[in-house]
Amino acid sequence: MEKTPNNKAWLLVIPVFVIVAFSAIIPLMTVVNYSVQDIFGPGERYFVGVEWFKETLSDRRLHDALWRQFLFSGLVLLIEIPLGVMIALAMPKRGWGVSVSLVLLALPLLIPWNVIGTIWIIFTRPDIGLFGVAINGLGIDFDHTASPLDAWVTVMLMEVWHWTPLVVLLAYAGLQAIPEAYFQAARIDGASAWATFRYIQLPKMRGVLTIAVLLRFMDSFLIYAEPFVLTGGGPGNSTTFLSIHLVKLAVGQFDLGPAAAFSIIYFLIVLLFSWMFYQALQRVGTGEK
Amino acid sequence: MPVRKRTLALIAYFILLLLPIYWMFNMSLQTNADILGEFSLVPTDPTLTNYIKIFTDEAWYSGYINSIIYVSINTAVSLLTALPAAYAFSRYRFIGDKHMFFWLLTNRMAPPAVFLLPFFQLYSTFGLIDTHIAVAISHCLFNVPLAVWILEGFMSSVPREIDEMAYIDGYSYPRFFLTVFVPLIRTGIGVTAFFCFMFSWVELLLARTLTTTDAKPIAATMTRTVSATGLDWGLLAAAGILTIVPGALVIWFVRNYMAKGFALGRV
Amino acid sequence: MSLEWMAWTLPTATFFVVIALLLLGMTIWELRTPSVARKGFLPIDTTRGDRFFIGLLGSAYINLAWLGLTGLSPWFSLLISVVFLVAVIRYG
Repeated sequence: MEKTPNNKAWLLVIPVFVIVAFSAIIPLMTVVNYSVQDIFGPGERYFVGVEWFKETLSDRRLHDALWRQFLFSGLVLLIEIPLGVMIALAMPKRGWGVSVSLVLLALPLLIPWNVIGTIWIIFTRPDIGLFGVAINGLGIDFDHTASPLDAWVTVMLMEVWHWTPLVVLLAYAGLQAIPEAYFQAARIDGASAWATFRYIQLPKMRGVLTIAVLLRFMDSFLIYAEPFVLTGGGPGNSTTFLSIHLVKLAVGQFDLGPAAAFSIIYFLIVLLFSWMFYQALQRVGTGEK
Repeated sequence: MPVRKRTLALIAYFILLLLPIYWMFNMSLQTNADILGEFSLVPTDPTLTNYIKIFTDEAWYSGYINSIIYVSINTAVSLLTALPAAYAFSRYRFIGDKHMFFWLLTNRMAPPAVFLLPFFQLYSTFGLIDTHIAVAISHCLFNVPLAVWILEGFMSSVPREIDEMAYIDGYSYPRFFLTVFVPLIRTGIGVTAFFCFMFSWVELLLARTLTTTDAKPIAATMTRTVSATGLDWGLLAAAGILTIVPGALVIWFVRNYMAKGFALGRV
Repeated sequence: MSLEWMAWTLPTATFFVVIALLLLGMTIWELRTPSVARKGFLPIDTTRGDRFFIGLLGSAYINLAWLGLTGLSPWFSLLISVVFLVAVIRYG
């Protein structure tokens, strides 16, 4: 059914707009201002034009970090979204199992991100950590401080462990919102489990899955604390993602101008890809091309 | 039987999920020397000193109180502002609606590092530094858009005929919204409340930038466990275990909203 | 209330004023003659506002590509992006 045209609906949106715009617009403008200047301190700043953008765009280490970031976010989406949907489908629909499952799922999400990295340092230590000892006991030589591959595997494991529950919670809430009548109709028609999933559950979950994909894309693309605490971006630069590179620039060298230019380019990349994901997911399954 | 296999897979997943948390719990019951000394599946010499320290040292427990205050304010503000807005987005077409909707989400897309300085300046200008309100409002930047998006999704799946039926039955707008509509989307409200709580609870950069002592969050207190002798792993793990508790309570309270879907027949 | 910390410069101020005026102009245009979604040379159905957004985002990338790939003055890319913006809004 069509939405009703009514410009008065703006009145319902204004509170949201005001509270978000307060924190959004002025800092964004300020960062844009930073990005065209060389800043030494209060009152000591010089206009440099697009110099910082040029410098940032030709930065080799940034290109490497960018590809690493795409690989990371791509893997995150490919693993977490299907896994999260499968777990949500396997969860009990009613009874005490629901409460237990929901609370268990929430646990990893509630630990501050820097603490997660710290706990995983010990958890994966080959001498005193459960994971490290177990995997070495299996005869696999594993050390994320020395081997780039092991570092990647560890960061991915931590990421999947930490964030898959978010996808599960969203997908589960989406599933629970499907009226029982749909399933009864499917049962009467003798639809297989796959057909029920493909033609009833998946289309009804499109809204929540759009949010899950966008959230996981944005947050994994901006990931900082967990891998930084766990690996410090190493060994070498193998787990230096974009944010880690940015913080090295902004805090480590206190180059406000270049860091601001970098932030804007970073933001534009996230914006473009989020927009494309959004457009694509809006059209999936609606028959519109 | 496929149902059996499914349950077993779910249990296996939950065991894997709990392993790192068990390890954190294990660490929290040991002294630093024991943690770094040797590998043991259960604490050889369990001690509660880490927990006692947190509950008796004001620098520690006030962190929890501060976090709970601003997170509660943030969750309440996010839900109260997002509910009408999400309704507007799901039911009406108005000028710039799609762009407004997408713009909201773009506020989650900027890397925070460089934005912290202008944030600090902005909140200083308004004299809000080191208040719970400052952190609560700044967290609205990423929580309100999320709340609007999630709620809009759930509201759009409620057929519009229900609104019309309610109007025909003579419901006033606020009464319809509170007594008919909100119960229909309570799954969505439950999950939104939890997400707002969660993202505000674990956010560290903004909370740390905007506070000094009076509103200092627990996540920032935890970064100070580094002492001359190195990191106090046991204390950090105990604090980590305790950070889970309030959020687990929140999801316990909203679980009933999420457990039952809505039944259209009841309207 | 001092806003000196915002570190304004004339070019960035001009930039934001132009963006704000464009937004205002698009809103007034839309109020006067509401647009309907249609298909142009872009692969998806778009309303005028969608094309404005695509045009602006595209312009940002044109300028970045120019800065990254050529050593020439950014004024050229600014000109190209204005042409691009107009073309997308009109024919996209």
